[in-house]
Amino acid sequence: MVGFALPRLKQPSVIPGFAPTLGFTVLYLSIIVLIPLGALILKAAGLGFGDFIALATASRTLAALQLSFLTALVAASINAVFGLLIAWVLVRYDFPGRRVIDAVIDLPFALPTAVAGIALTSLYTPNGWIGQFFAPLGLKVAYTPIGIVVALTFVSLPFVVRTVEPVLRDLDREVEEAAATLGAGRFATVTRVILPALLPALLTGYALALARAIGEYGSVVFIAGNIPYVSEIAPLLIVIRLEEFNYAGATAVAALMLAISFAMLLTINLIQAYSRRRYGHGA
Amino acid sequence: MEISVRSLRKEFDRTPALNGVSLDIQSGELIALLGPSGSGKTTLLRLIAGLEFPTAGSIFFGDEDASHKSVQDRHVGFVFQHYALFKHMSVLDNIGFGLKVRPRGQRPSDAEVRKRAGDLLDLVQLPGLGNRFPHQLSGGQRQRVALARALAIQPQVLLLDEPFGALDAKVRKELRRWLRELHDRTGHTTVFVTHDQEEAMEMSDRVVVMSQGRIEQVGTPDEIYDQPASPFVYAFIGDSSELSVRVDRGAVYLEDAALALVAPDLPDGPARLFLRPHDLTITDDPAGAIAGRVAGVRRQAGARVVELEVGAKGERIEVALPETERGMENGTHMVRPRKWQLYPAA
Repeated sequence: MVGFALPRLKQPSVIPGFAPTLGFTVLYLSIIVLIPLGALILKAAGLGFGDFIALATASRTLAALQLSFLTALVAASINAVFGLLIAWVLVRYDFPGRRVIDAVIDLPFALPTAVAGIALTSLYTPNGWIGQFFAPLGLKVAYTPIGIVVALTFVSLPFVVRTVEPVLRDLDREVEEAAATLGAGRFATVTRVILPALLPALLTGYALALARAIGEYGSVVFIAGNIPYVSEIAPLLIVIRLEEFNYAGATAVAALMLAISFAMLLTINLIQAYSRRRYGHGA
Repeated sequence: MEISVRSLRKEFDRTPALNGVSLDIQSGELIALLGPSGSGKTTLLRLIAGLEFPTAGSIFFGDEDASHKSVQDRHVGFVFQHYALFKHMSVLDNIGFGLKVRPRGQRPSDAEVRKRAGDLLDLVQLPGLGNRFPHQLSGGQRQRVALARALAIQPQVLLLDEPFGALDAKVRKELRRWLRELHDRTGHTTVFVTHDQEEAMEMSDRVVVMSQGRIEQVGTPDEIYDQPASPFVYAFIGDSSELSVRVDRGAVYLEDAALALVAPDLPDGPARLFLRPHDLTITDDPAGAIAGRVAGVRRQAGARVVELEVGAKGERIEVALPETERGMENGTHMVRPRKWQLYPAA
């Protein structure tokens, strides 16, 4: 989280172990995250500025990046809306089979993404179970960006549900009752009282879903059709470059993806920090 | 606004929380619903507010049957024990909320809302805190904001559910006096729930004592204290001790000793004698007195409280003596009640 104050070292505290835990955290993050990413940036830096720009601004690269980020944004947005709805239903109502549905939410996590991709493809091809209904409308789902959005929505479904659910469950019933005694109808209560309270959690879920969707590869390659400039995602382009032994090209795309992702997640985190401060969470 | 509650019943999953309660609340009155937890006092308050709906019976606001009106239409100001402020709104936005959610035609302008919220903030003595957020306020301040928010909709009645329950003793005392003054100034019909008898006795015009979903007694604080209608009220209000006695033709016997008490109206048979610690005096004359062995002494603010073990059953009574009284640590002493209350044993 942004904006934490580093405690003075050697400060007496009832929660001991600051030094070893911080040390471990830094070491762990270094091995798992920072060193691999550092190596990537180092490799990209070795390219030289001119080469990097040339590789990064190649029209195929730009098309792939644009497709990846756009489809990820759409998928995360869809999940923000419907994930919230699912969380609402699971928390607010009790009905037979609620626990089963609750368990189903996590399935996209457990399923190998390739399996998901193949299953979705066979469903959404023009002669598939679902695709046949779209075909007469002239709408092709599989082998187009729409198919990519479907796959990304599938794999990133659990994030919003799982982040919003506990917050919604802990929401103080009295706050809603207070709004009602003040004359607010259900609509006003939901839009002015409940949604603002859920916003930080919703943003967290959105950020996680977005991050997951941007990096997704396994399920997309099956449903996308992978036509350059049309339905070729950036992670696939990286793999293609690697298979061509074009390590420089792969690194350039990867570094660019990393930079954009980082900027997006940082922005979301800043918004979140702001809203958290405003709403006084943890105060 | 007068409120009339008529044979109200409320069941939760078949368990009655309220068992045929009738109550008339006069316009401009400050009334306390007092009782232990589970007595149904909060349920009664929530039924009046429209946050719950009755299983049977009705609630009248003036001459109008409000039993099935929605909470939004009842126009009541409600204050919750844990404030229930909107965390993501500033203090001014919290107070103005009730005005901003009005239907378009009746909604005041934004400037008007801000002005009224500011006025209310002055009324609850928090001027200048309008731009703070709830988490930046103390508990007492939050409850004042909650009250201002409830008053903003110009309610016909003000309902408070243990409004000071979450505050520390000193702030609680201060707010009590302040709320009483505010009530006298604004003249709202006010009903508040409390389990603190001191709070109920100190603040209200009338007290409703409740137990197990029923009203035990309704009366002014003096009536409740001096003429308790049932053993429950006697034991619940103020300190008290109880002794099992026997009534025989108007005379009262503790085990086999006659006490210097008379009970002309009570039927013969076992009875319960209730005594208050400060209505007992130590005496040297054994005739008709209650004798007991000292079981403990403790200091209580301005008094020294001696606990006496009486009779073979070892029932205990408390005697309040001046704090200057010493040397009562052991031995047997005799006491004589100046006031007492007898109820037939159930």
